[in-house]
Amino acid sequence: MATMTYRQALRDTLRDEMLRDENVFVMGEEIGVFEGSYKITEGLLTEFGPRRVRDTPIAEEGFVGAAIGAAMLGLRPVVEIMTINFSLLALDQIVNHAAKIYGMFGGQCNVPMVIRTPGGGGQQLGATHSQNVELFYSFIPGLKVLAPSTPAEASAMLRAAIRDDDPVLFLENLALYNTRGEVPDDLEPAEIGRAAVTRPGTDVTIVAYSRMAHVAAEAAEKLATDGISAEIVDLRSLRPLDRETVVESVRRTGCAVVAEDDWLTYGIGAEIAATIQEGAFDWLDAPVRRVAMAEVPLPYSKPLELAALPSAESLVTAVRDTVRATGR
Amino acid sequence: MGDTRTRTPARRARTRKARPEPETLVAYYRQMLLIRRFEERAARAYTEAKIGGYCHLNLGEEATVTGLMAALEPRDYLFTNYREHGYALARGIDARRVMAELYGRSTGVSKGWGGSMHMFDLEARLLGGYGIVGGQLPLATGAALAVSYKGGDEVVMCQMGDGTTNIGAFHESLNMAALWDLPIVFVVVNNGLGMGTTVEASSAEPELYRRASAYRMESARVDGTDAVAVREAAREAVERARSESKPFLLETTSPRLRGHSVVDPARYRTAEDKEALKAADPLAHFALELEEAGVLDAETREKLDAEVKAEVDDAAAFADDSPYPDVSTLFDYTYATPVRGESRRLPADPVF
Ligand SMILES: Cc1ncc(C[n+]2csc(CCOP(=O)(O)OP(=O)(O)O)c2C)c(N)n1
Ligand SMILES: [Mg+2]
Repeated sequence: MATMTYRQALRDTLRDEMLRDENVFVMGEEIGVFEGSYKITEGLLTEFGPRRVRDTPIAEEGFVGAAIGAAMLGLRPVVEIMTINFSLLALDQIVNHAAKIYGMFGGQCNVPMVIRTPGGGGQQLGATHSQNVELFYSFIPGLKVLAPSTPAEASAMLRAAIRDDDPVLFLENLALYNTRGEVPDDLEPAEIGRAAVTRPGTDVTIVAYSRMAHVAAEAAEKLATDGISAEIVDLRSLRPLDRETVVESVRRTGCAVVAEDDWLTYGIGAEIAATIQEGAFDWLDAPVRRVAMAEVPLPYSKPLELAALPSAESLVTAVRDTVRATGR
Repeated sequence: MGDTRTRTPARRARTRKARPEPETLVAYYRQMLLIRRFEERAARAYTEAKIGGYCHLNLGEEATVTGLMAALEPRDYLFTNYREHGYALARGIDARRVMAELYGRSTGVSKGWGGSMHMFDLEARLLGGYGIVGGQLPLATGAALAVSYKGGDEVVMCQMGDGTTNIGAFHESLNMAALWDLPIVFVVVNNGLGMGTTVEASSAEPELYRRASAYRMESARVDGTDAVAVREAAREAVERARSESKPFLLETTSPRLRGHSVVDPARYRTAEDKEALKAADPLAHFALELEEAGVLDAETREKLDAEVKAEVDDAAAFADDSPYPDVSTLFDYTYATPVRGESRRLPADPVF
C-alpha cells in the first residue's frame, strides 16, 4: 500500500500496462518530450521510446481516428486528449466510428482503445476551456465512460479500461491530479459499471462523480455537524450506469440530491433523477434536487465563475432544503 | 526553439526593404517596447494571482506583431489565437483595457468575460483571440466571405501559430479561401514550437509557407524579428488581397523567449537553446540597429523606457482599481434575443 497522487497513480498504471502488454501504447499532444500538459506521462518517453510514446501534431480528429484504426488491428492505444474541450474536435471519430464499428459491421471487429482526458472548470480558463462534456459521450451506446475520483480508483479503472475490448472514455479532472490517496499494491482491474457508496448515511443520498464526489464529501462533513447524515454514491461509471446502487441508496434514505459539474438541462443529473423516480418512487419523501452549473458560457472573471459553479456551499443548501421538504 | 529551424527562406518575400522615416522606426521601437513591458508586467501580475487561467505572452514576437499591424488599415479585420495581448495593443486598444481584461474586470476589452485568451473589440476590428487551436481560421475565412459578398474593400488577417497548421481547419480554410478568391491573409507566426514540440517533429512539411502550394495559394516566409521586413511582406499580401481578392499565406519566424505560457518553465529546452534565445532577442537587436543608424540615441531610448513604463504602470493601476463584473450580470450574455424559459438558475436554486 502506497500513498500517492491521482497523477502518479495514472502514470504508474500506464507504465505497468505498457510493461505487461506490448500492444499498449500511448499517444497524444505533448505527451513525449513535454511529458504531458499535466505530466501524466512523465518519464515514459525515456523508458519506452518514441514507438510506444508517440507525440502527435495538434490534430485531434486525426490522431483519435488513427488510434481507432490501430485498435481495429489489435493494438491497444491509450490516447491522451489534453482536455475534454478539445475532444470536441474528435467528436465525429469517437461517436461515428469508435462507437459504431463493432455494431455496424455485425460484431466482426472491436475497438479496444482508451481516451484519457481531463475535465474541469474553476480554473478561470474561460468559456471554451472549462467545460464538462462527458455527457456527450455518456449518451452514446457503444462507448464506456469512466470517471474515477480517487487515486486507487483511477488506477484500478484505468487498468480495466486498457484491458477492455471496447472504446472507453476515461474522464480525469484537473482539480484531482494533485489529490492524494492510498493505492494498494497488486490492485486488480476494477469491474466496469459499478458505483460505490463511499460514505454511508441515513437521511439523504448525494449522487456525484469525479471532482463532485470530493465536493460531496466536503458537504457531507458540514451537514454532519448540523445533524444531517448524508450517504454518498460515487457513480464512477457514467456508461454503463449502475442504477441499482443509486436506487438502493435512495430506498434507504428517502431523498436525493445530484451534484454535477456541468449544466443542468438534459444533463447527467437529469438521467439520475429519472432513474430515481422510476426505481424508488414509493420511497421518495421529497423531489430529487440537482445542483449544477449556471447555464451560461462560463465567464473568465473570478466572481462570475464562482457564482456559476456548484460548490460545497450550494450543495449543502440544496441538501438542507431537500431534507426539510421531507417533513421528517 | 533550437537551432534546427531553417532561418534562410527558400523563397523570401519579394520585398525591397523600403526605408521608413526615422519617426516611423522609433514608433515601431516604442510599440515593441510597450508589448515587451506589458507582457513582463502581465507575467508578474500572474505570479501575484491578479491574473488567472492560461496566459500566453508575445515575448519574442514584438517585431512580428508590430510589422503585421502596421500593414493593416483601420478598416481591416483581425482574428488571432490566444497569444494576442500585443495585437490588441498594436491595434490601438488602450493598454488599460487590455490589462483590465487580464485582471477580469468589467472595464476590460471583453468586460472580464474572456480573459487573456479572448480579447475582442469591434472598434479596433479585432474579432477575437481564440483559445481552441485553429478555431479562428474558419471564422476568419467566413469574415472574408462576408467582405467579398458585400463587395467591400476590407481585408481579413488571420494569425495563428506554427502548430496550428496541422489541424484540419487549417487545410479546410485555406482550400475554401483559395477556391472562393477571398481577401484574407493567413499569417503563421512560427516560433518553432507548439508547446514543447518542434515544428520538425510535428509538420511533415516544416517549411510551413509551402503548404499554401497545395491550394495554389501564394505564400512567403519572412524574418519575424525584423519589423520592417514583416511590414513590407504583410503589406504586399494585404494589398494584393485588397486589390485582387486573393488569399495569401505569410509565415514569420521568431523566437519564443519564454515558456509556452507563464506557467511553463520550458524544461525541455537545453542550456544552449536558452543562450541562443538571449542572442536572438528582437527588441535588443532593433535598439542596436536604430542606434547604429543614428535614429535612436540613448536619451530618446531612456525617455521611451520611462514613457512605456509609466503607461504599463498606469494600465496595471487602472486594472487594479476597476470593479469586477457584478454577479447580477451572469445571465446577460447567454442569448442576444431574450427568450422565454431561459434558465437563470444559480447552482443552489431549485428548478421549481
Ligand atoms: C484544439 C486544441 N488542441 C489543443 C490545444 C492546447 N494547446 C494550446 S496552445 C497549443 C500549442 C499551439 O502551438 P502554436 O500553434 O505553434 O502556437 P503558439 O502557442 O506557439 O503561439 C496547444 C496544443 C488547444 N488549445 N486546442
Ligand atoms: Mg508555435
